[in-house]
Amino acid sequence: MTTKKPTVAVYKFSSCDGCQLSILNMEDELLELADTIDIAYFLEATRAQRPGPYDIALVEGSVTTPHEIERIKEVRAQAKTVIALGTCATAGGVQALRNFANAEEYASVVYDHPEYLHYLQTATPIAEHIVIDLELWGCPVNKAQVLEVIIALLNNRRPNLPPYSVCLECKRRGTTCVIVDKGIPCIGPATQAGCGAICPAMGRGCYGCFGPARDVNPESMASMLLKMERYPGETARLFRGISGYAPTHRTIADDILATRKEAKRKT
Amino acid sequence: MEGEGGLYIGLENGKAVEIRLDIYEPPRFFEGFLKGRFLQEVPDITARICGICPVAYQMSSAYALENALGIKVSPQVRALRRLMYCGEYIESHALHIYLLQAPDMLGKQSALELAAEAPEVVRNALRLKKIGNDLLKAIGGRSVHPVNVCVGGFYSWPDEKAIKALLPDLEWGLNAALDTVKFALTLPYPYLEIDYEFVALHHPDEYGVIEGDVLSSNGRKLSIAEYENGYIEEHVRHSNALHSRTVDNNTYLVGPLARLNLNHEQLLPNAKQALKESGIQLPLRNPYKSLIARAIELVHFYEEAIQLVKEYKPSGPAHVELKLREGEGAGATEAPRGLLYHRYKIDGNGMIQFAKITPPTAQNLPRIEADLFALTPRIVKMPEAEAVLTAEHLVRSYDPCISCATHFLKLKIEEK
Repeated sequence: MTTKKPTVAVYKFSSCDGCQLSILNMEDELLELADTIDIAYFLEATRAQRPGPYDIALVEGSVTTPHEIERIKEVRAQAKTVIALGTCATAGGVQALRNFANAEEYASVVYDHPEYLHYLQTATPIAEHIVIDLELWGCPVNKAQVLEVIIALLNNRRPNLPPYSVCLECKRRGTTCVIVDKGIPCIGPATQAGCGAICPAMGRGCYGCFGPARDVNPESMASMLLKMERYPGETARLFRGISGYAPTHRTIADDILATRKEAKRKT
Repeated sequence: MEGEGGLYIGLENGKAVEIRLDIYEPPRFFEGFLKGRFLQEVPDITARICGICPVAYQMSSAYALENALGIKVSPQVRALRRLMYCGEYIESHALHIYLLQAPDMLGKQSALELAAEAPEVVRNALRLKKIGNDLLKAIGGRSVHPVNVCVGGFYSWPDEKAIKALLPDLEWGLNAALDTVKFALTLPYPYLEIDYEFVALHHPDEYGVIEGDVLSSNGRKLSIAEYENGYIEEHVRHSNALHSRTVDNNTYLVGPLARLNLNHEQLLPNAKQALKESGIQLPLRNPYKSLIARAIELVHFYEEAIQLVKEYKPSGPAHVELKLREGEGAGATEAPRGLLYHRYKIDGNGMIQFAKITPPTAQNLPRIEADLFALTPRIVKMPEAEAVLTAEHLVRSYDPCISCATHFLKLKIEEK
């Protein structure tokens, strides 16, 4: 280890602040962490700001305005390692629902004067604009994973993040499968672990906060869930949710909606 | 470079005539996404409006949609909702008091800087905050965007043992909250007295949080369903955030000062006693002293949490089974930052046809601008750095949601 503490900057783009808050929610570790790293820029937490370059940039939020396209490039120019923090930064998050609709229509629903607004037609992950070094999924991120990533970077090793789906976390907790046992639609099999499988533990289905898992079998997932829908369109809506713009979830929803359209056309 | 907040002050002969707080928070179109979603998805989506007060969004959504369906939750569900809200008040107020506002009042750049001087204060503050998060986690699975709230109640009852296990921490927290009131009374507050119209939910039998009437210090009393008859939201050119006013064209204040001034009689005994011992004369009208109101509320919500945890005994169904029907419903609850109003229209399949959400920030923004205006005679005489700090402190005393915008306020003072 060098004697100089690594500098860390935390940025907010279009977001709810929940992932930044997850950093401040490390109540047991925060003061020790602040001794180990040098928090050089974190507007939510401190007025103190020191100019870059920084060793690590943590970026919360998606890119939704012309100004943010410029800002994210500056972040890249200022930081050795850029980490996309949370599902808005990795996949556009809930705001990316506008990507499947007409943003102008949304603007006119919400605002009397949409012409006052500056926004892009799409909400996009930061990796669509700059090269990033690491993605940390979650809505919000799991603070233990944030800590793991920082520790791994400090020690020059790869972070240990679960490569499996929510199903394994259910097994580990001893939660009976809600699909099998209760017939409740759940997209846990198609979603990355990291949350601790909290939704099935409460008797409800996973709604995909941590993004697509690897090795998903979309056709088999969709056909199984379509059979147990409790209201029309439930499966497509589960995939078109928090991680809806992430490639796997996006195509599963696209396929279901296309099939439904086709079936409607035929009748 | 973030520089998301700007304050413009226009002068004529050295006297302020115009003021504008520019918030560049990107528009996020939540009311747009909600259209066409199934009603049971709404609490999960609206939670994402704010990571600091997701429970407030979930609760206002749930009540509005329950009103649209004409259903009422059981007393057990209601009690658990209040307990969950206690968790959110505790984490949000502890964060606001110790991590945002107190460092400002003490001339520190952050709680981390404060920790170098007063490590015990900050360690206790973090523990106070953590207990709120632990309570949220025990009920909702996690503290940010918890997953157990549904229209009709909760997906399942939290484990009784896990809830009872929080008691020792909550009892420690009640004492630490009482110390927080004492700490709050020692801080140096800038002088500013404003003749506000205060607006908050008022409930005759409890400190208004989840049900009651919308009460104004001007005497206007409306049911939640009548809220829009009294309060109007407008889109102004310089901001992506909407601005509210009363039908009488008045700015008004929501949040801790409004609640304390209107509802102090409903405080629980320890909080009432702390208020009495503080020697504070109500109404409290200094916006910086919202910190003191938060501290007194912190006592109240620790006290209420202890009571509700002791009484917690899950029985009956955790949620009402929904019978779908076409309808319209309004709901309002008190977010830690103030009144949060939702209204929805649903079709017979439970799909959202229309959504309207009025957050506390939209209601307070015109008031923040007016307060800044009241400060301008002082601000224009200050060196720039001091002027920026004075304005930032005021904004941060209102709202951490826009504090990232205001930890670096761009100030522009211009002779017109």
